[in-house]
Amino acid sequence: MEINFTPLLPAAELLLTALTVLLLDLFLREEEKSFLAWISVLGLGVAFAMTFLLGGGQESAFQDSFLLDSFALFFSRFFVGVAGITVLSSVHYLRETKIREGEYYALILFSAFGMILMASANALILFFLGLETMSLAVYVLTGMWRDRSLAGEAAMKYFIIGAFATGFLLYGIALIYGAAGSANLGRIAASLSQPAEQRPLFLFAGIFLLFIGLAFKVAAVPFHFWVPDVYEGAPTPVAGFMAVGVKAAAFAGWTRIFLAQLAPLQSEWTVPLWVLAVLTMTLGNLLAVVQASVKRMLAYSSIAHAGYLLIGLVAADEAGGQALLFYLLTYAPMTLGAFAVVMALKEGDEDHETYSDYAGLGFKRPFLAMAMSLFMLSLAGFPPLAGFAGKFYIFRSAVVAGYTNLAIVGALNSLLSVIYYLRVIVMMYMEEGGAGGKSFAVAPYLYAAIAVGVIGTLYLGLLPAAALDLARESFLSLR
Amino acid sequence: MEPFAGDLSLLVFFPVLGALALLLIPRGRTQLLFQTALLFASLTFLWSLTLLWRFHPATGGMQFVERFSWIAAYGIDYFVGIDGLSLFLVLLTAFLGPIVILASWTISERVKEYLFFMLILESGMLGTFVALDLFLFYVFWEVTLVPMYFLIGVWGGPRRIYAALKFVLYTMAGSLLMLVAIIYLAARNFQVTQVMTFDLLRIYNLQLPYEEQIWLFLAFALSFAIKVPLFPFHTWLPDAHVEAPTAGSVLLAGVLLKMGTYGFLRFAIPLFPEATLAASPYIIALAVIGIVYGAMVAMMQGDLKKLVAYSSVSHLGFVMLGLFAFNLQGIQGAIYQMLNHGLSTGALFLIVGMIYERRHTRMIDDFGGLWKQLPIFSACFLVVTLSSIGLPGLNGFVGEFLILLGSFQTSPFWTAGAASGVVLGAIYMLWMFRRVVFGPLSRPENQRLEDLGAREMIMLIPILALILFMGIYPRPFLDRMKPAVELVVQRIESKKAATPLVQGVTQGREIKLHGN
Repeated sequence: MEINFTPLLPAAELLLTALTVLLLDLFLREEEKSFLAWISVLGLGVAFAMTFLLGGGQESAFQDSFLLDSFALFFSRFFVGVAGITVLSSVHYLRETKIREGEYYALILFSAFGMILMASANALILFFLGLETMSLAVYVLTGMWRDRSLAGEAAMKYFIIGAFATGFLLYGIALIYGAAGSANLGRIAASLSQPAEQRPLFLFAGIFLLFIGLAFKVAAVPFHFWVPDVYEGAPTPVAGFMAVGVKAAAFAGWTRIFLAQLAPLQSEWTVPLWVLAVLTMTLGNLLAVVQASVKRMLAYSSIAHAGYLLIGLVAADEAGGQALLFYLLTYAPMTLGAFAVVMALKEGDEDHETYSDYAGLGFKRPFLAMAMSLFMLSLAGFPPLAGFAGKFYIFRSAVVAGYTNLAIVGALNSLLSVIYYLRVIVMMYMEEGGAGGKSFAVAPYLYAAIAVGVIGTLYLGLLPAAALDLARESFLSLR
Repeated sequence: MEPFAGDLSLLVFFPVLGALALLLIPRGRTQLLFQTALLFASLTFLWSLTLLWRFHPATGGMQFVERFSWIAAYGIDYFVGIDGLSLFLVLLTAFLGPIVILASWTISERVKEYLFFMLILESGMLGTFVALDLFLFYVFWEVTLVPMYFLIGVWGGPRRIYAALKFVLYTMAGSLLMLVAIIYLAARNFQVTQVMTFDLLRIYNLQLPYEEQIWLFLAFALSFAIKVPLFPFHTWLPDAHVEAPTAGSVLLAGVLLKMGTYGFLRFAIPLFPEATLAASPYIIALAVIGIVYGAMVAMMQGDLKKLVAYSSVSHLGFVMLGLFAFNLQGIQGAIYQMLNHGLSTGALFLIVGMIYERRHTRMIDDFGGLWKQLPIFSACFLVVTLSSIGLPGLNGFVGEFLILLGSFQTSPFWTAGAASGVVLGAIYMLWMFRRVVFGPLSRPENQRLEDLGAREMIMLIPILALILFMGIYPRPFLDRMKPAVELVVQRIESKKAATPLVQGVTQGREIKLHGN
C-alpha cells in the first residue's frame, strides 16, 4: 500500500527530535544537558520551516484520516511556536528545580506532536490517539518536579480526571462510530444527510459525550475543577504550556469536528454551548478575583478565556471560526509571557507567586514589570493590545450571529477581569517590598521568551490584519 | 493653503515620540527629562496653533482629513479629521500640555515614568478628539485610561489605589457596553448597506428603527455620562480628583471630562437623533440636578480640591444642558463652556496645587488672610474664581449666557433651575475665596509663605490671558464653531420635523438580525 508521507512531515520531525533528545540524553554529562534545549529548538525550527514549505497544500494520508490543510498547518505552526517559547523559558527553570532535562524536553516535543495530530486528524480514532499522546506527556510533565509534594498531587489529580474525561470521549466516539458506520469525519458528515427522524438517538448521545470530553480538556465550567490545583502544582513553564497548548489543541478538535463536520446538527449543541460559555466566563472571572496567588489567578484567568473562546464556537460560521482562531493567536503570547514573568520571580526554593511578592517590581526590574503590565492589560482587553483585538473579533462574531446578549455578557466579564489583572499592576507600581526577580544576566533565555511575548502582544494588537487573514483562510480550508 | 497629509497624525503622535525619547535618557537626569518633555509638549502646542491658522472658519465639514486602511477586511481605517466641534478641544489639550509639565516640576520620584505617562496621556486625548472611525475612537478612548490610572495610582495621595481603581472600573463599565454597541452598529450598517465600515461619517447616514436607537443610545450615553460625569454617575470624580497629583487633576478636569461631552456631541446625538430627542427630557433633568446638587455639595466642602471637583459636576451640568437644547446658541455655548471649564477649573487645580505644595494642606480652615502674604497669588486666584463664577467680561459668562439663552427656548422650567445654579456657584466660590484669601492672617505657618515664582507665573499667565480674551472677544471662537454646529442642529431639526413618524418605526430599512 502506498502511503503519502508528505503531510506527516512536521509531526514526524517533532517525533524524530524527541527521540534524538532522549538518545542524546544518555550520552551527555550533567552540565552539558542544556544542549538538549538547543536540539529541541532546532527541531522545532525545522518543523516550523516545513509548515511553510508545505503551505497551501491540501493533502491527506492514511486513507483520508490525516489531513494537511491550511487549518492543520495553522495549528501546527501554533503548537510548534508554543513549544518553542516553552522550551526557551524552561532552560533556567529546569536548572533551578533539578528537573531532568532530557525527559522534560522530549515530553514537551511528544505532546506537541500529539497536538498536531489532534489538529490534523480527520478521523475520530486518530484524534483520540493524538489527544492521548498529548495528555500522557502532559500528565508526566505535571509531576516532574518530584521534590515538591504539590507536584505529585497535581499529576495524580490531573491523571485521574483526565482519564475520566477520556472515558467520556472514547465512549462518545464509539457511539458515533456505531451510528455513522465510520470514524472518518467526512463519512460521519455524509451520514448526517439522511432525514433527521432517521438519525439514531445514540448518535446524539455520542455527540453529547464527545462534547463533555472536550469540555474537560478546555476546562469549561463546570468541568474545570482540576485546573487551579494542577496549574499550581505543575512546573510553571508546563502550566503555561497547558494553558495555551492543551487548550488550543482541544479547541482545534472542537472546531474541526463540531464547527465543520457536525455543522448540520448545530441547532442541537448551540444552547448547551451558550450556557457553557456564560458559566465559564463568569465563574472563571469571579473565582480569579479572590485568588491570593498570581499563578492561581492565571489558572482561573485561563478558564475565563476559555469562556471567551467558547463564544466563537457559539457564533460558529465563518465569523466565529475566524475569531476563535485569531483569539488563540492573541491569547498565546500574553499568557505564555505572563507565566514567564511568574518564573522570573522564582528565586531558588522560593516560588514568589503571591501578589505581595510583586510589590515594587516596577522599580526593581522595570522591564519585567513593563512586560507584565502589558500582558495584564492585554488579558484584560485594553486597546491597542492583542487581547483587545481578540475580544473585539470574538464579540463581533457573536453580534453578527445574533447573539448580542452573549457579547454583552462577555463585555461585563471583561470589566470583572480588570479588577484582578490591575491588582498585579497595583502591586508592581504602587506598593513597596516584595521579591527581587531575576536579572537578565541570570536568565537570558527567559527574558527572550518574555520579549517574544511582548512583541507578539503589541504586534497582534496594532497590526492584526495579516493574522486575521491567516485565521480566516485557515478556517475556510475546513470545508 | 493646501494642508498636507500627516498634519493631524503629527499632532497626535508627537507626544508619543517625546515619550519614546524620554526612554533614552538616563533616570538620574531629572532636569533633562523635564526639559525634553516640556520641549515636546510645547512643540505639540505650537503645531496645533499652525493648524488653527490654516483652519477654514467657514467650513462645516472635516478638515485636515487623513485616512488609510488599517484592518482592511473589516473596513477599519485610520481616519482622522477636525471640524468646528473638535478644533478648540484639540487646542485646549495641546495648550494644557506644556502647562501640566511645568506644574509637575515638583515631582521628585520616578520622574521618567511620570513624564512618560503624561505624554502618552496627551496623545490619547488628542487622538480621541480627532478620531472619525469608531474603532479608532474606542482605541484612543481606552488608551487614555491606562496612563491616568498610573498617574493617580503611583503619584497620588493616600487613597490613590482605591481612587485609581474606581476611576478605571467606572469608566470601563460604560465603555465596554459602548464597544458592543459600536460592533452592533457596524454589523447593522453592513446589513443595510453591504459596506463593512466603522467610518463615523458614513454610519451617520444609517437609519435605524426607534427601538434599536434607544438601546444603542443608552449604551453610548452611559459611557459618556460616566465620563462627563452626569449626576448620578459622578461618584468616581471627587475621589479621583482628590487623590490625583496636581497635573493629573488639571488634565482630568480640563480635558478628560470633555471627552464625555464631546462624545455626546460627536457620537450619541448625531448617530441616534430620534433616541436623543426622546431621552432629552431625562438628560436635561439630570443635568440640572447635577448643577444644583454639585453646587450645594461644593458649598459644604472643607477641602479645596473636593470643592473644585464638585464644582466640576455643576459646570459640566451646564454643558449638558446646552448640548441638549439642540439649537445653535445652546450647543455653541456648551462647547464654549467646555473650553472655559478647561481653563478655569484647570487653573483652580493649579492654584490649589501651588498652595498645597507650600502648606501641605488643602483644608480651607487652615488658611485665611493670604492676601497680605501672597498678593500676586491672590490676584490670580481672584481672576480665576470670577471666571468660574461667570462674571461678565470673563470667559465663563459668555458660555453660561449662551447656554441659558439656548436652553430657555426649549425648556424654560429647567433653565430656571439651572440659573439658580449660577447663583449657588457664586456663593460657594466667593465664600471659599473669602475664607482663604481675606480675613486676618492668623496662622503663623501662613506668614512664612512665599509668593509665586517664575515657573508658576509662566503657568498661570497664559491661562489668565485667555480667560480675559475669551470673555471680551468670543467672536473668533464662535465663528469657527458655527458651521459645524449648524450641521448638528440641522440633523436634529430634520428629525424633529419628522416626529409624528417616530411612533414605532421610521423609514429605516428593516432587516432583522437572524438567530436569537
